Amino acid sequence: MTQAQAQAQPQAPAITVHGLSKRFGSVTALESVDFEVQPGTVFGLLGPNGAGKSTAIRILTTILPPSGGRAEVLGHDVVQKPATVRGLIGLAGQYAAVDKNLTGRENLRLIGRLTHVRRSRVRRRAADLLERFELTGAADRPARTYSGGMRRRLDVAAALVPDPPVLFLDEPTTGLDPQSRNALWHLIRELVADGTTVLLTTQYLEEADQLASRVVVIDHGQVIADDTPALLKSRMGSTVIELDMVSADRAARAAGLLHGGFSEPPRVDGSRLGLASREGSRPLLEVLRVLESHDLAPGTVAVREPSLDDVFLQLTGLPGGDPPGSTP
Amino acid sequence: MTETARLHRDGGPTGSADPREPLTGSAPRLVRTAQDGLAVAWRNLIGLRRVPRLLVFSTIQPLVFVLMFRYVFGGVVSPALHGVSYVDFLIPGIFVQTAVFGAMNTAIGLATDMQTGLMERFRSLPMARSAVLVGRTTADLVRNVFVVALMTGVGFAIGFRIHAGILSFLGGVLLVVAFGFAMSWIFAVVGMAVGDPETAQAAAFPVLAPLVFASAAFVPVNTMPGWLQAFAEHQPVSRTADAVRVLVLGGPVVSDVWQALAWDAGIVAVFAPLGVRLYRRAV
Repeated sequence: MTQAQAQAQPQAPAITVHGLSKRFGSVTALESVDFEVQPGTVFGLLGPNGAGKSTAIRILTTILPPSGGRAEVLGHDVVQKPATVRGLIGLAGQYAAVDKNLTGRENLRLIGRLTHVRRSRVRRRAADLLERFELTGAADRPARTYSGGMRRRLDVAAALVPDPPVLFLDEPTTGLDPQSRNALWHLIRELVADGTTVLLTTQYLEEADQLASRVVVIDHGQVIADDTPALLKSRMGSTVIELDMVSADRAARAAGLLHGGFSEPPRVDGSRLGLASREGSRPLLEVLRVLESHDLAPGTVAVREPSLDDVFLQLTGLPGGDPPGSTP
Repeated sequence: MTETARLHRDGGPTGSADPREPLTGSAPRLVRTAQDGLAVAWRNLIGLRRVPRLLVFSTIQPLVFVLMFRYVFGGVVSPALHGVSYVDFLIPGIFVQTAVFGAMNTAIGLATDMQTGLMERFRSLPMARSAVLVGRTTADLVRNVFVVALMTGVGFAIGFRIHAGILSFLGGVLLVVAFGFAMSWIFAVVGMAVGDPETAQAAAFPVLAPLVFASAAFVPVNTMPGWLQAFAEHQPVSRTADAVRVLVLGGPVVSDVWQALAWDAGIVAVFAPLGVRLYRRAV
C-alpha cells in the first residue's frame, strides 16, 4: 500500500484481534475471538467472571502468548514484536498492581524509570497524576496505608505514567465507591478526548453504556455480540420488574394473567417472576392492581435496571458465567 | 494532557519507527538493562528499609549461630584446629552461612512478588526481562554487605582477629558477597518455580541445610566419614569458607580463591538464564 492510499483509507484500527484462541490444558479460555478497536475510542469487553476478558487483555499486553490467531496493537503483532507493543501500552489490572512498601510517588517514579521516561519528565508527570487522582495528600505515604479505592487509583495512575497511546483497563472500577468510579469515568473520557485508545473490561452493562462506543460481549471465550451499547440495550426490555410470588404455582398463574402486556413474555423462575418493561417502572401500578384483583399480591417487588445477566438471557437464553470447575 | 506525548498518535500504526522517541532517553541496550535492574533494586531496598523486621530477623539468626557455635561447640572443635583459635576459624564460616541463608530471602521476595499484580505489570512494561531478577539479587547483595559488616563487629567483640592484613580481609568480604550473589540466583530460580512465599521457604531449607552443615563452614571436614568428606570438601560453601579463611588468617591464597570464584561464575552462568526463562513464562 502506498503512502497516498494509506492516507485515503479510514484510520487503521488501534487494536486488531483475529481468530484469537487460548487454551490452558483442556480448558478453552478464548475461542476464535475477532474484534477491532478504532483509535481514540473506548471499547468495552463485556462478560461475566471467567468469560475470558482478562485472558484477552493479558494476550494483548504480551503477558500471555496466544494458542492461535493474531493480535496487533497499533499494527504491531503482540507475538512478533512484544517489546514494541510494551512501549505503546499501559495496563491497569484487576488487582491493584502497586508496591505497598513504596509511597504513591515512588510507585509512579518506579514505573517511569521502567518505561524509560526521562527523569525530569517523570517528576512532573508523577506530580500531575497524583493531583489528578486526588492522591497528592497521600503521595508520600507508603501505599500500604492507602484504602482500596486509593490503591486502585494509584494503579491506574501508574499505567498512565508513560502516557501510552493505548490503555488497557481490566475491570477498573470493580471495588470502587460510586464517587471514585465517576471520577475514573470522567478521566477516561478526558483521555479519549485527547486521542488515547482505551480497551476496558467490565461486568457492568452500565459502565460499558457510559463509556464505550463499541461493545463486544464474550461468554465462555466466545463473542456473542458485537454492537454499540445503545443497540445492545434496545435489544432488551430496558427495566426489569421482579416479583416474588411466594410459590411457583402462584408465579405461573400471575404469568398467565400478565402475558401480552409486555414486550416479552414474563419470565418465571420458581416462585419469581420477571417482567421486562420499556417504560421504566410505569407498568408497576397496573401490574399490582391486576394481581391484587386476582388475590395474587406478590411477597416482594423489585424494580431494577437491566444487568449483564439480562443481556445474557437475551443473547443466549442462558445465564452467563462460569460452568462449575472452569478456570478464569 | 501534554504536547510531546501526542506526537506519536498522528503517525498511527504506520507511523515512525519508534513513536516513544520524544519521551525517552536513548541508551544502549546493555546500559538500559542495567538501569532497569537498578530501578527494581532501588524498589526492593526501599521495601527492606520500610519493613525493617525482615532485616532484623535475618540478622538475629546469624548472631544466634555465632554465639552458639563459639560457646557451645568451640571447646570440642578447637583441638582439631592445630593452634588456630576456633573463633577465627568460625567467623569466615559464619559469613558464608549468612550469605547462604540470606539467599532464602531472594526466593521469598520473588515468590511474594509473584502473588501480587505487580509481576503482571512488570511483564507488560518495556523493561529488560532480566530486570526483576537482577533487581532482587542486587538488593540482596546490598543487604549481605550490611549483614557481613555487622557480623564482623560481633566477631571482634567475641575475640575474632584479622591475621592477614586489612586488604586481604576486605578481599574475603568481597568473596562472601560474590558467593551470596551466586546463591541468590539459585534461590531466584526456586522462588520463580514455586511461586508462593511459604512454599519457597519450605523448599529452600532442604537445599540450604546440607550445603551449610555438610561443609567446612563450622568444623574441619576431616572428622567426617569418607563418603561425606568427598562432598563436603568440594562443595561451594566449603570452597568459599576455606578461601575466605586463607584471606583472613593468611596462607597460600590463589588456588582457594579461584576455586571459590569458579563456583560463583558457574552458578550464575547456569541459574541466571534459567531464572529469566522462568520469568518469561511465569503466568
